[in-house]
Amino acid sequence: MKHLKIEQNCPRIGVFDFTGCEGCALQLANKEETLGAFLDAIEVVNFREVSSAARQDYDVALIDGAITRPDEVERIKAIREQATLLVAMGSCACFGGVNRQKNAYDLDAANREVYGDCPKETMPTMSVKEVVPVDLEIPGCPVNKDEIERVVQHLVWGLPLPSYAFPVCLQCKQRYTICRFDMGESCLGPITRAGCNAPCPAGGLGCWGCRGPAEAPNYDEFFALCKERGFTRQEIVDRLSFFGGFDISPSTDPWPDVNAVANEMEV
Amino acid sequence: MIKNLNVDVHHLARVEGHGNIKVRVTDGALVEARWDIVETPRFFEVMLKGKHYTAAGILTARICGICSIGHCLASVRATENAFGITIPETARKLRLLTKHGETLQSHVLHLFFLAAPDFLGLPSAIPLKDLNPDVFGVAARLKGLANRICDVVAGRTTHPVSIQVGGMAKLPDPRVLRELKAALENSTDDLNAAVELFTTLEIPQFERETEFVSLKSERNYAFIGGRLLSTDGVERAESEYRAMTNEYVTESNTSKWCKLSRESFAVGALARVNNNYHRLHGKARGVAVKFDLAPICYNPFMCNIAQLVECVHVVHDSIRIIDELLDGGPAPTQVEVVPRAGVGVGAVEVPRGILYHEYEYGDDGRVVRANCVIPTTQNNANIHFDMADLVVQYAAEDDMTDEKLELLCSMLVRSYDPCISCSVH
Repeated sequence: MKHLKIEQNCPRIGVFDFTGCEGCALQLANKEETLGAFLDAIEVVNFREVSSAARQDYDVALIDGAITRPDEVERIKAIREQATLLVAMGSCACFGGVNRQKNAYDLDAANREVYGDCPKETMPTMSVKEVVPVDLEIPGCPVNKDEIERVVQHLVWGLPLPSYAFPVCLQCKQRYTICRFDMGESCLGPITRAGCNAPCPAGGLGCWGCRGPAEAPNYDEFFALCKERGFTRQEIVDRLSFFGGFDISPSTDPWPDVNAVANEMEV
Repeated sequence: MIKNLNVDVHHLARVEGHGNIKVRVTDGALVEARWDIVETPRFFEVMLKGKHYTAAGILTARICGICSIGHCLASVRATENAFGITIPETARKLRLLTKHGETLQSHVLHLFFLAAPDFLGLPSAIPLKDLNPDVFGVAARLKGLANRICDVVAGRTTHPVSIQVGGMAKLPDPRVLRELKAALENSTDDLNAAVELFTTLEIPQFERETEFVSLKSERNYAFIGGRLLSTDGVERAESEYRAMTNEYVTESNTSKWCKLSRESFAVGALARVNNNYHRLHGKARGVAVKFDLAPICYNPFMCNIAQLVECVHVVHDSIRIIDELLDGGPAPTQVEVVPRAGVGVGAVEVPRGILYHEYEYGDDGRVVRANCVIPTTQNNANIHFDMADLVVQYAAEDDMTDEKLELLCSMLVRSYDPCISCSVH
């Protein structure tokens, strides 16, 4: 099929929801001014939340949510079998999201606390890539529809996919938002991956790091800044551990400096 | 004619979250009619423990992708009640305005994208884009307007950023508010078109007497805080929400169930219209009259119409609020927050019904204990019991088939606009 004399694909898309709020899937129906064009560019063949017709011949699977129960492991494996391209959409799919916070608790005790003597099946939260190979990750809580559109443009017209190696801080400056540090609040903007266009600082809330770390974040400088501004280690760890994108466990060391500097802050 | 009917729906489509329908009629007699929630539990109440008060609203917004603003509002209200904080009048208005934005967004999403396809014989609203571009345009424009309200006031539609303990983090620019007001005024044609569309749809005739619970206020059509009221005459303070909900765990559901004076009760747009009909905006009441919707309406399928009525109400009430904000000029939107040990409850009417958050805080401003009671949790038992009566009524029809019964049962569930991942949280 050609559009403006350019060869275009019409990818068959399936949207699948696992453990989460389904807010990322909902974003697909947002940005109403381009919704018609968006739907014209793709063929939605499987999307339980909006359609009772479901086909299994999808090429692209968009995954919303984390994996938190054995039946979800089986479901995601079956989807992986079918999909040519599997996209983890949103922080839950990419990192486990807020669901990952649950892993810090004894799940049997948590179950008893919520369900009493009638416990429900659950297991520690996993991101999608902890279960099956993932081809593309779009983090965010929720994911930004602009970014989804760019992925679709990439699939349909072969346009290059922008990668956001730089941190949120840069996009914040681009929209002239007053720095949250200058407002007396801490903010993960200096170390978090951009691409969201920094809506939180613009709305009066420092970044909580929903998109995970930027490429090669300068943790040393960041922790030095936090310490200089009088924030406690606990305040920073509260944010780093919120969406599951930052690895802050002492036993793992993709960023050994984090723990070294964070521990230093404790003094 | 002796009849056997079977319906078995695994993960019902066009609802938020995962639920199953199972119906069996053997030799003309009802054997079972079940509505079961199989969503994965996330344990939000456990994750809330130890959270700083500034993080509680950010976390609980993530309970729901559709009504995240409502969760955030209930959360900050619970915290403010625990700390004994009264927010500025301007913040109170901004919160109601963004609540209206969410109500409109959620109702339009449900009415056009989730419910309407059943009445139009379509699997989804996507084909409408080509079959009926006018209707698709109305839905897209109204939803876009709703999202714009939330973006302007709360900083973002899904998972808001400006709703914070102590008030609102920003006062929107008057120029932007004036644009918003103009857009709201211009939406009347689209609202009328939505009303016209629904007058052409055939609402199933089915009634089951039940109890309806909602907020109540002497001053307005209550959305944020107030007393708790049921159509069976129970009235309680906001802080006594546990006596109004009585949650219990069942074997086959990951969502809890609730009851009050009967085996089940209902919350949502229909409950609000039933309890607060006379506080609706005149234009909204006009729409209710057009559809013969008057209290007490016991037809759950009329929840769709109650949502339509509320769309009209919130658009007109939003215009009123913006006028007041513009007249008021620049004003503080936040007060200083001083944490203290204590317990607080926040009740908010979110699109699917009344939502409660309760937090107990320690001296350090961190959560010791939390409880959230979700609208769909309160509705699940009512849906379940409705289904049995619905099946008995329709199974008696001569031309009833498995497919027709499946559609009716699915439409019943969708009428409640369930938010299932929310109900399990």
